[in-house]
Amino acid sequence: MIPELGYGVVIVAMLLALYGGVASVVSARTGRTALLESAQHAAIGVFALVTCAMLLLVYAFLTFDFSVRYVAMNTNLATPYYYRITALWGALEGSIILWAWMVALYTLIIIIRHRHNAREFYPWVLAVMFGVLTFFLLVMTIPAPPFERLTPIPANGRGLNPLLEDSGMITHPVALYLGFTGFTVPFAFAIAALATGRVGDRWITLTRRWTVVAWYFLSLGLLIGGWWSYHVLGWGGYWAWDPVENAAFMPWLTGTAFLHSVMIQERRRMLKLWNIGLVIMTFSLTLFGTFLTRSGVIASVHAFSQGSIGAFFLAFLGTVVLGSLWLLAWRWEDLGAEGELDSVVSRESAFLLNNVLLVAATFTVFFGTVFPLLSEAVRGVKVSVGAPFFNQVNVPLFLSLVVLMGVGPLIAWRRASAENLRRNFVWPVVIGLAAAAIIFALGVRSTLAVFSLAVTAFVSACIGVDFLRATRARLRVGEGIFPAMGGLLVRQNRRYGGFVIHLGILIIVVGITGSQAWSVQREATLQKGQAVELAGYKFQFDALSARENGNHFLVESTFKVTNGGAATRELRPAKKFYPQEQSPIAHVDYHLGWVDDLYMVLGDFARDGSQATVKVQVNRMVSWIWFGGLILTFGTILAILPDRKKPA
Amino acid sequence: VKRGWKWLIPAAALPVLLLLAYGFKVNHRDIPSPLVDRPAAKFTLTSYAGEPMSLEAQRGKVVVLNFWASWCYPACYEEAPVLERGWRAFKERGVVVMGVDIQDKAEAGKKFINDFSLTFPNALDPTGRVSVEYGVYGVPETFFIDAKGHIRAKHVGAVTEEVFRRQVERLLAEQG
Repeated sequence: MIPELGYGVVIVAMLLALYGGVASVVSARTGRTALLESAQHAAIGVFALVTCAMLLLVYAFLTFDFSVRYVAMNTNLATPYYYRITALWGALEGSIILWAWMVALYTLIIIIRHRHNAREFYPWVLAVMFGVLTFFLLVMTIPAPPFERLTPIPANGRGLNPLLEDSGMITHPVALYLGFTGFTVPFAFAIAALATGRVGDRWITLTRRWTVVAWYFLSLGLLIGGWWSYHVLGWGGYWAWDPVENAAFMPWLTGTAFLHSVMIQERRRMLKLWNIGLVIMTFSLTLFGTFLTRSGVIASVHAFSQGSIGAFFLAFLGTVVLGSLWLLAWRWEDLGAEGELDSVVSRESAFLLNNVLLVAATFTVFFGTVFPLLSEAVRGVKVSVGAPFFNQVNVPLFLSLVVLMGVGPLIAWRRASAENLRRNFVWPVVIGLAAAAIIFALGVRSTLAVFSLAVTAFVSACIGVDFLRATRARLRVGEGIFPAMGGLLVRQNRRYGGFVIHLGILIIVVGITGSQAWSVQREATLQKGQAVELAGYKFQFDALSARENGNHFLVESTFKVTNGGAATRELRPAKKFYPQEQSPIAHVDYHLGWVDDLYMVLGDFARDGSQATVKVQVNRMVSWIWFGGLILTFGTILAILPDRKKPA
Repeated sequence: VKRGWKWLIPAAALPVLLLLAYGFKVNHRDIPSPLVDRPAAKFTLTSYAGEPMSLEAQRGKVVVLNFWASWCYPACYEEAPVLERGWRAFKERGVVVMGVDIQDKAEAGKKFINDFSLTFPNALDPTGRVSVEYGVYGVPETFFIDAKGHIRAKHVGAVTEEVFRRQVERLLAEQG
């Protein structure tokens, strides 16, 4: 029953979305408000139907309805209930439902927020949202139907991929999709701006919070993905430049560029063309990412599946890219700048450089990702592009970006005077140099690490100098120190929210630098009672036990970890044997610390428990990355607070 | 002239889109196997019907050697009917389909064969020796072996009607 019901709901939702799109376009061209209202009702209807489809699927999961193919593929009778709910987005078809639901939700929020304050764009924005919705609902009816019926009905399902049975997998896709779908909104406004010819900065002001929120969720999605990779996959890293990671990273890069370049348009009426181009690029890259994961065009560990869905996504991607670029070319004459660049030493040029670097990074990542395809198409040779290429090209770009992070917010608009430069940058440069000297004196000899940390110190000092100066100004007018600081954060929330986000990024940079420069690892085969030493820690193999553990069989080793005889800790790396998987899944055990993460992976073992092979790692400063994510969250909340002053 | 240049912007996106479309032609399932064009390893197993099942006995015929397991859902469930239909369609023309059930329990394997009413010979590989010799690293995997006993193709994932027909027809045609 559920398969048919769900399928019906999806088809009705698709037709309704199609109608809504047509109605919005007609109303945009004729100005008929009745049609626009009808389109709004359609949007509410689509949201209700997609919600209903999602709940139906959740219900099918909770009741083990294996007549639904998707349920049989992604759960079995042993799957705990919370993973049965999150299995909803555990694979291709369900993730498309979630995606469509988020776009429908955003459409609803647009109606609530922008019905009155963006009249000139509103019908076109709705039309674009409906267009995207129609596409995803079409995908749910033809190439990836979540409600496909399975006959004969199996007695038990296959079960969720054990690697996905982790809290990170509950949140990672949700955050990532909120980010991906979030960029649909600025894109819709950009297209509306092109369609109406109102390419001034109004559409940018309207979408600023949308962009910040989408950017934040995308960042969060990437960070949680890294955390999952780190504590589940057992290779001790958090980022591998896998095509699918790259696919999520590219829209983040262009989205970051967009967040910065809009400030120049708001302030100086420049870069109109560039900003619209960036939004088109960001949205297209989110589609490209989805295309990559779901088409099987490029081999990747993340690849979802294959089939006709790739062709659907490519067709949609083509339509979006060609359609929006065509609009862009059509409005070409209106997109000229009203202001000019006055000097190379100015905030404008710092922001421009930031954009150039971010887009350059995007291109290198894109090039590296599709290079295997290019090579096969042109030379017929299969190749793979790995981390060394991406690191070599991107590390210098990213370090330059970090430097700009300090310079950009402090340097003067238009033309920076010598006085401006001296006032803002003497102390930070001194602090950066001092940091470099101290780090070198502490025995760090890696040029890259010294430079990276010194730059981080420089940027932190820039932020500190600015904040101190602003606080002092408020103290002079008689405010107390804490009200002064709090007042700054709230009243100038946009500026200081941005600074807090920058601080979060700096902390992440420190984490990445530390973990790349100082992590150590070794492998050892130990008899019971023997120990292996690494970086001052002693890991002693105490026991090996085996037992049934819920939906899998667990072989668990016990290690006693001592550090110079002082603190004792127990780590239990294990191997899990799932009936539906051929090879066992490693269960990493770890202890997180601010400086050292202890990290153990169980390899081979003797059946009688006398011997075990383990990989032992002491990873440095990885926790800073996750902590940076937390700071990023505070910064974002600050940046999207409602404005205090009502515009006149 | 200058006004015309702007149309190059959308045009520039075309090559990228074409490249991505080319990706569909690339088949990641066609895993190059070092065993292709080598003689297929000999083996003798006892089939579920209780008879000896050996590759040697089929010399002179085209052999479709399929590795499966009852727990391999859904791919093995998808291809089982395809293999059965292929076997029925081609057995008169000198084609044999053989199934090797790996890492499985005998009862579960028997149930699988009954559920799909498979009539071609199937055997359990109790020690895993055969799957090791063929370098199987996931089920299902299927080897197409020509009349001279050489492995000619390896297919990873569920065999489709189209793949079965194309590979078998090719090997039959070579025989003349």
